[in-house]
Amino acid sequence: MGEEALESPLPCRKRRWVREHRGVTATVSPLEQLSEALRTELGAKAVTDLSRLSGGASRETWSFKADDRPLILQRQRKGDIRDMSVEARVVQAAFDAGVPVPELIANGSGDIGLAFMILSHVEGETIARKILRDDQFADARTKLVAQSAHALAALHSIDASTITGLPSIDQVQQYRESLDNLNEALGQAHPTFELAFRWLERNRPTSTRTALVHGDFRLGNLMVGSDGLRAVLDWELAHIGDPIEDLGWLCVRAWRFGASQPVAGLGDYDTLISEYEKASGLKVDREVVRWWEVLGTLKWGIMCMIQTSSHVLGMSRSHELAAIGRRVCENEYDLFVALDGKW
Amino acid sequence: MAMPHDVPTAAQLIESVREWLEKDVLTSTTGRVQFHSRVAINVLAMVERELAVGGQQALDHAARLAVLGMKDDAELATAIRNGDLDDRFNEVVELVRASVLDKLAVANPSYALPTLND
Repeated sequence: MGEEALESPLPCRKRRWVREHRGVTATVSPLEQLSEALRTELGAKAVTDLSRLSGGASRETWSFKADDRPLILQRQRKGDIRDMSVEARVVQAAFDAGVPVPELIANGSGDIGLAFMILSHVEGETIARKILRDDQFADARTKLVAQSAHALAALHSIDASTITGLPSIDQVQQYRESLDNLNEALGQAHPTFELAFRWLERNRPTSTRTALVHGDFRLGNLMVGSDGLRAVLDWELAHIGDPIEDLGWLCVRAWRFGASQPVAGLGDYDTLISEYEKASGLKVDREVVRWWEVLGTLKWGIMCMIQTSSHVLGMSRSHELAAIGRRVCENEYDLFVALDGKW
Repeated sequence: MAMPHDVPTAAQLIESVREWLEKDVLTSTTGRVQFHSRVAINVLAMVERELAVGGQQALDHAARLAVLGMKDDAELATAIRNGDLDDRFNEVVELVRASVLDKLAVANPSYALPTLND
């Protein structure tokens, strides 16, 4: 599996070079080509155990060993609108600021992929339901909210102006446009989402602090061991914005994965806010966290509409995607919970 | 029973397929196919609930819209967006919330928290 996806990235010239270089006349498999490109990039004697971990249409994650050192490759393919070289700069800056992240070993573009990053392998678990329920993470669960707050405080202390290419988008406007497009395509209107947009407009925080924001900080994107947070992963949505966005997103009900505690299913608002204040030296307004949680909940609802639209509009027929359309009312319900007594 | 159709009703037909998925398909599959069987069971159970209460829910929804003088959700959404209902905001919130609880009662009744369930 996965090899068919490897057909395009290496230009013919390179394939021929690999063949000649290695003195073989038979066709070199895409897997061998990637292995050889990694070996050359890292100046390693041997690349082994190359296997694909995951991948969508536009990016892939691989694990491999270079001279027995376990590493991770992330690479971008044609069609990904994001630029992985920006992500590499972000990961490096986060590492320098003391945020727990995998170490950036190499990055660039060329034979390995349209753009790629090679990162150190961090051992641990990312699956939220396991982290929230398995006995081996019992100790980690008591630490994760504080550790997340500290990681976010370190991340938000980075001077974002030193990282070129970071997007800065008004998310209310962005999702307003998404909802308008979806409503038109699906022929439906959403009074709850209109109430939420109205509330967001009328209660927009006046804070003007901007920082480097992770953009998808939650269980699933955190590498967790029995000792707690080991690495913050998946930086492709990093952008410049109000840093409290990361705190609010961590409180969205979808990211509690069925657990009852509001912060990542693990802890309460007070712990998140007080630990963040302690680590950053900055005061956090509980109502601003709520504002971002409301926007996050709304965003997730619109993302569910996007998923169901790919079935309804025929791009990807699937009863699973169809069913997601009927989960939009869960997000609507969550908005009423988050705004109970606050309208 | 919807005339001129015979027994079983639409709901009973769906129920029979859901039961087959639960008894036979779920137990004889693993992994991805089993997961998608579970999704299919949930989808059919949702349709069964909608067939049971959908008619009454539609009447209730129309009554709520009438209170606000709106003919449908599209008109209500536009009015909210334009701020036309700002002076009745809390009333609108309560009426829209009631509709969401109806949708949830069909889509996923176990999702609602006990405190905000009435």
